[in-house]
Amino acid sequence: MITLDSKVPSGPLDSKWDRHRFSEKLVSPSNKQSIGIIVVGTGLAGASAASTLGQLGYHVECFCFQDSPRRAHSIAAQGGINAAKNYQDDGDSTERLFYDTIKGGDFRSREANVYRLAQVSTQIIDQCVALGVPFAREYGGQLANRSFGGVQVSRTFYCRGQTGQQLLLGAYSALCWQIERGQVRIHPRTEMLDLIVVDGHARGIVVRDLVTGEIRSHTAQAVVLATGGYSNIFYLSTNASGSNVTATYRAWKQGAAFANPCFTQIHPTAIPPSEAYQAKLTLMSESLRNDGRLWVPKQKGDVRPPDEIPEEERDYFLERRYPRFGNLAPRDLASRAVKHICDEGCGVGPGGYGVYLDLSDAIGKQGLEVIQERYGNLFDMYQRITGENAYQTPMRIYPAPHYTMGGLWVDYNLMSTIPGLFVIGEANFADHGANRLGASSLMQGLADGYFILPYTIGHYLATTKSSPIGPNHPDVRAVKERVNDRVGRLLRGRGRQTAASFHRTLGHLMWDLCGMARHEAGLKQALERIPALREEFWHDVAVLGSRETLNQELEYAGRVADFLEFAELLCHDALHREESCGAHFREEHQTALGEPVRDDAGFSHVAAWEYVPNSPPVLHKEPLLFEFVKPSTRTYQ
Amino acid sequence: MKFTLNIWRQAGPADKGRLVTYQAKDISPAMSFLEMLDVVNHELTLKGEEPVAFEYDCREGICGSCSLVIDGIPHGPDRGITACQLYMRRFTDGATITIEPWRAKAFPIIRDLVVDRSAFDRIMQAGGYISVNTGGAVDGNVFLIGKDQAETAMDAASCISCGACVAACKNASATLFVAAKVSHLALLPQGDPERTKRAKAMVAAMDREGFGSCSNQYECEAVCPKSISVRFIAKLNREFLHATIAEPGPFTEAPADPHDESH
Repeated sequence: MITLDSKVPSGPLDSKWDRHRFSEKLVSPSNKQSIGIIVVGTGLAGASAASTLGQLGYHVECFCFQDSPRRAHSIAAQGGINAAKNYQDDGDSTERLFYDTIKGGDFRSREANVYRLAQVSTQIIDQCVALGVPFAREYGGQLANRSFGGVQVSRTFYCRGQTGQQLLLGAYSALCWQIERGQVRIHPRTEMLDLIVVDGHARGIVVRDLVTGEIRSHTAQAVVLATGGYSNIFYLSTNASGSNVTATYRAWKQGAAFANPCFTQIHPTAIPPSEAYQAKLTLMSESLRNDGRLWVPKQKGDVRPPDEIPEEERDYFLERRYPRFGNLAPRDLASRAVKHICDEGCGVGPGGYGVYLDLSDAIGKQGLEVIQERYGNLFDMYQRITGENAYQTPMRIYPAPHYTMGGLWVDYNLMSTIPGLFVIGEANFADHGANRLGASSLMQGLADGYFILPYTIGHYLATTKSSPIGPNHPDVRAVKERVNDRVGRLLRGRGRQTAASFHRTLGHLMWDLCGMARHEAGLKQALERIPALREEFWHDVAVLGSRETLNQELEYAGRVADFLEFAELLCHDALHREESCGAHFREEHQTALGEPVRDDAGFSHVAAWEYVPNSPPVLHKEPLLFEFVKPSTRTYQ
Repeated sequence: MKFTLNIWRQAGPADKGRLVTYQAKDISPAMSFLEMLDVVNHELTLKGEEPVAFEYDCREGICGSCSLVIDGIPHGPDRGITACQLYMRRFTDGATITIEPWRAKAFPIIRDLVVDRSAFDRIMQAGGYISVNTGGAVDGNVFLIGKDQAETAMDAASCISCGACVAACKNASATLFVAAKVSHLALLPQGDPERTKRAKAMVAAMDREGFGSCSNQYECEAVCPKSISVRFIAKLNREFLHATIAEPGPFTEAPADPHDESH
């Protein structure tokens, strides 16, 4: 039976973290040398945590499934990273970043966590600069900022369109130093397949070496999961092909509560899908909405090319629905408006999955040169992918699954409901509530890894006595056995369908029934269809090749199998949350104008789900108390 | 569209490997090159043949996983992109396309089109970092870095460690990779304290890993998906000269004075 104790310190908001750090016990430097910690994942959260823990003197074993830690999917983040530096003197502050984040999350996150995030945000920038991250600079040499994600201050730091890569290279270089010093041992091409729990404490993981196929156990005093999000449950998303839910899902099955899985963010401006074998949706920077206007033909099924549709026959639907914010309406509202208008039959392009993002007004007013300088690379990318010249004909865009706010439940110390299992970055549920603001995921990953976990894990290690366990401990052997059986079962698959085709079917099902807009009947239908699809998978999947070599089909099939189980949990959560908040929109809960209706009396809680073998997951609620801010209704009309 | 593909198949490092011909049918011009390979693999699997192993992850040109030599050119015929950003409309219907892995002594083949690029990680571990601890960093604006200087550092830092430079080089040299990494940090004031040590350590690591020498053919720049300039190689050469000639080491050998604080 799980108990949820958030361990949020009492007292004034702005001194909670300082007081908490002082009350935490420390591990003596000489003892650190004999303590081993496992870190799974080497994105921003994992790499920054592993390097900092190594620097503190712990022995760190660090794992990633990619061939190099530098390729984790944080690398693909484009826009930037927020910090309350107030370098622009435009009224930013820790309080304002805190309030923007908690409001952006539609009041479904913990005040204390979000405040701490805003507090450490400024340190992150300093740390990254010290590591050599080449942030954009002004002519005078100072750090440059831009405004991002619909907030009123300029607090976003950036490195061209590849902020994620540069921040990750900073964390990766710090990791390289600790590897050179012998404090961190890196295990690339190694995938975590299960968690080892001994006497109720997380004590290790079982992995598969993706080159030799060897199934190995690794034990330690604590385990840190930094394994990212699960947007790939929708098959088509902006995530990397390898991004998956396996590590967090396996931990859930070992007793870690999973919180708010239905909070999945859909990004409004991706290039629309064009053919059946498409493997990925490419994001177009949201900044295009600063100068572009979204429209569709007023008439359903209008097949005329866009330049033949006169102005009065166009529906600028965001400007119509949200006159105050127009084309800059927040991500969740913009995405839903696009889907809504396409569902009504007004969409354009293949299958009617798309709306025009038109920059011709801006080109007319500001000149082609200005627009070219600002967005030239995006126009090039669009042309490469679609073969269309967007200077001549408007771009088409469609929403794409992008980020998952839900994740394993953690307390203020970032520890899950399994003692000794810590979860950081996108893999936990903590800071973004029901919706994440732009440029906040990089901030959270690095805050957790550099500045929060290294403190809080120390207290756990200082106050927990653990006896050494070796590879022959019965609990370790049992988990290894379980993993071996599962790999063997997958390899017996000699059916007629590939893992990819099951993934595609699941993705369509989830997108239709548990995507941007959800309703009770649809969710119940999904809950009936998923087990059947899972059964079909185990009967009819084809997994070729052997266990002892690099076998990408085997890796992929294992991840799809976990998505097929996890999908049910996601639907249970969406069904339980009978309100519309942030990225979660229940069609039953909307105003006559189609705006979401949040229910604070009934749902101001974190929904944390417990795994129970052979029965539906059990819900536990962590009430969200707002001591310092008053939940308001987000209105953008 | 349809294509004839000659694809390198190699069961493992010990296997000799050979080109095998496959037919790709019903390919849409809107497919990416990797999606075309997905289709080939899908059909191979359904026929009971093992699919072709090739590396991919982000599929948007930034993770650096792609490692395909397409018709003799790393990342294919277009400049400034990775193989995942290449679309089939770029090819003529009915064309024959040859697909091979990166070939270099320092990048041993693991299977089919997948190679082991961990040599790059080891070069980075030898010195591709600024050794600062977490915490206690000064305010980011203490270092004033002019816009042009920051942009040049960013040009170098945009390297995605894919290894196309090595694959294109007749000497399988990693000089452009090392040059980009050394230049990025040498151009920033934060990187200055360890500048000489870093240049020496990274060049030594490159030699140790078995990469060849640079003979100024500029093939690397031509295939680099981030268009990193060979001018950074000139920068690396200056850094290396500076490190070995101008600052060969400390003025005095380790002092034996017991009052010396470092003892």
